[in-house]
Amino acid sequence: MVSAEQVKQQLAGQEYKHGWVADIEEDIIPRGINEDVIREISRRKEEPEWLLEWRLKSYRYWKEMREPKWANITYGPIDYQGISYFAAPKAKGTGPKEIPPEIKAMYDKLGIPLEEQGLLAGVAVDAVLDSVSVATTFKDKLAELGIIFSSFSEAVKEHPDLVRKWLGFVVPQNDNFFAALNSAVFSDGSFAYIPPGVRCPMELSTYFRINAENTGQFERTLIIADKGSYVSYLEGCTAPMRDEHQLHAAVVELIALDDAELKYSTIQNWYPGDKDGKGGIYNFVTKRGRAVGRNSKISWTQVETGSAITWKYPSVIMEGDNSQGEFYGVAVVNNRQQADTGTKMTHIGKNTRSTIISKGISSGFGQQTYRGAVKILRGATGARNYSQCDSLLIGDKCGAHTFPYIEVMDPSAQMEHEASTSKIGEDQLFYCQQRGITPEDATNMIVNGFCKKVFNNLPMEFAVEAQKLIVVSLNLEGTVG
Amino acid sequence: MAAPMLEIRDVHASVGDKPILKGVDLVANAGEVHAIMGPNGSGKSTLANVLAGRPNFTVTQGQVHYMGRNLLAMKPEDRAREGVFMAFQYPVEIPGVNNAYFLKSALNAMRRYRGEEELDAIEFLSLIEEKLKLLGLDESFTKRGLNEGFSGGEKKRNEIFQLLVLQPKLAILDETDSGLDIDALKIVANGVNMMRSPERTTLLVTHYQRILNYIQPDVVHVLVDGRIVKSGGNELAHELEKHGYAQFEAAAKVA
Repeated sequence: MVSAEQVKQQLAGQEYKHGWVADIEEDIIPRGINEDVIREISRRKEEPEWLLEWRLKSYRYWKEMREPKWANITYGPIDYQGISYFAAPKAKGTGPKEIPPEIKAMYDKLGIPLEEQGLLAGVAVDAVLDSVSVATTFKDKLAELGIIFSSFSEAVKEHPDLVRKWLGFVVPQNDNFFAALNSAVFSDGSFAYIPPGVRCPMELSTYFRINAENTGQFERTLIIADKGSYVSYLEGCTAPMRDEHQLHAAVVELIALDDAELKYSTIQNWYPGDKDGKGGIYNFVTKRGRAVGRNSKISWTQVETGSAITWKYPSVIMEGDNSQGEFYGVAVVNNRQQADTGTKMTHIGKNTRSTIISKGISSGFGQQTYRGAVKILRGATGARNYSQCDSLLIGDKCGAHTFPYIEVMDPSAQMEHEASTSKIGEDQLFYCQQRGITPEDATNMIVNGFCKKVFNNLPMEFAVEAQKLIVVSLNLEGTVG
Repeated sequence: MAAPMLEIRDVHASVGDKPILKGVDLVANAGEVHAIMGPNGSGKSTLANVLAGRPNFTVTQGQVHYMGRNLLAMKPEDRAREGVFMAFQYPVEIPGVNNAYFLKSALNAMRRYRGEEELDAIEFLSLIEEKLKLLGLDESFTKRGLNEGFSGGEKKRNEIFQLLVLQPKLAILDETDSGLDIDALKIVANGVNMMRSPERTTLLVTHYQRILNYIQPDVVHVLVDGRIVKSGGNELAHELEKHGYAQFEAAAKVA
């Protein structure tokens, strides 16, 4: 375990460390959205006719829909005609050996290896820059096992039947305003398919980077775990510091068939805006999984430290008998950040089980809302849910809010809900000081202890990364004493 | 002659706005065990917390020297690193922070401060193994969250465990004996006695004479209404056991 002191030394004086812009020449479709823009995106991506039709249909849904206003967040109007919906680096490469040097340099600076050796040798990476995937590593090695791991665009070309079969299976085009927008203009993202009985031998991951100005990022990720397979997938994201807000509206669809297990982890570190709330990413994301198979399992783990606004509820629909859904989340808000996040667990199959562990940390003027829904439908006999939802406050100008919705239609269901709100107390800090530990290190330690149940679910390297991120996000040097 | 371990001169202190200590004088030398006794509300715990540097406990007058240095000018964590340890009357819980990890961080913070090598996990484990045995604790104790869900007795034993591992020069025990059954009391007393050495000083803050059956103090002080009204040998504790604090309280009122 990395000590708080070590983490602090590494990060001394740093704030948001990914806030720089790389000088990469990009092809950008002019701002605005209409059917021609959607046709142009589809044309540039050389998509089949059915996909263009799917996009246009989504766009028509979206035009009729309204931005949701029920979340506990406040922000100015988003000018959807002021955003560019497509930005792609001009230089092109097709594999790890042909990545243009300026793009490779950018990823090196981010610490994301596009070579198949080195630091994260056990992790396959798909790197998405603005609207396109620039590289995917370990594809050949994974292909030997029948695993498909590629950018979404490539999957459309190479595995059109799979994409067509599952696209929108979990999140329908008209599911919600932001999902409809994404369905119309989605640019790139990752696609993974794990064939029956295969245990994916490495972590699959996607690294999303927004670089271009005035563009939105609308990635789409689709992962299918076929019968008896297992996969663990990870996504990370960063963006430059800019005074304007940028919109990020992604859709992630997960499908687990009989006896399959799918684990999805996110470390979200989009630019949060400055301390007065200027700039930062608006993060409106729809993430959902369908555990359609018997004994299948879908598990979400998220560490949310970035974005000016986070609106995100990774959910699981448990359709197969004995299927399981899990949500482990840590969300941090500092300065003027706002997060309305949580999960939705829907029990349909018999003996389905779900677990929700949510940890929210609020600091500065940050406002945080946990919103969780547990639905146990009629016929979901023997369903069980355990929810634990804790909030930690640092300082006295931040807020924590909890909205748990519970709907039980089957009398055999068992539900447990625990919630707590605590403040880092002077007593705790003094106790640590009396043992020679500074208030900064003590705060660090208390925060990490608070998040432990969630961090335990992250792959080792990323747990360390998450721990560091939280130190930076909370700007711990400045909060205490 | 070396400076005394602890020299308290005319200390007045308030908690918030309320004056509690009204002129405490006390000198304790290396190698001595001092018991500070007194009725509820007399200021015993305030004195302990003032020495440890708890926020909101403000010294309004007087001085405290620790090995000849101005203790009150030091930050709480520096007092700890210089060898001042307080066993808390009410140890706090820190959920999710592993008990052993916490103690190792504390020990290494002190070692770094003194310019010593930090202990790695293996060295640390061998160091604590024997201390755990002495206190009748098993290894699972170190794997729990810091004081998380501990019984009152377990919390107090954890304080003594930390005392044995951190090896301070000045140990202040703030009512460590309160709420302990006789077996736990013996174990705690045994831990304190093991710490006795010519280089170390212990201040034992207590309401009851009971623990002094197991720890023989060199000096007993009686604190009433923010002042030490009488100091003496161990016989003073026995006198208190027989007659209570009433005579001293009456005298304090007259004064």
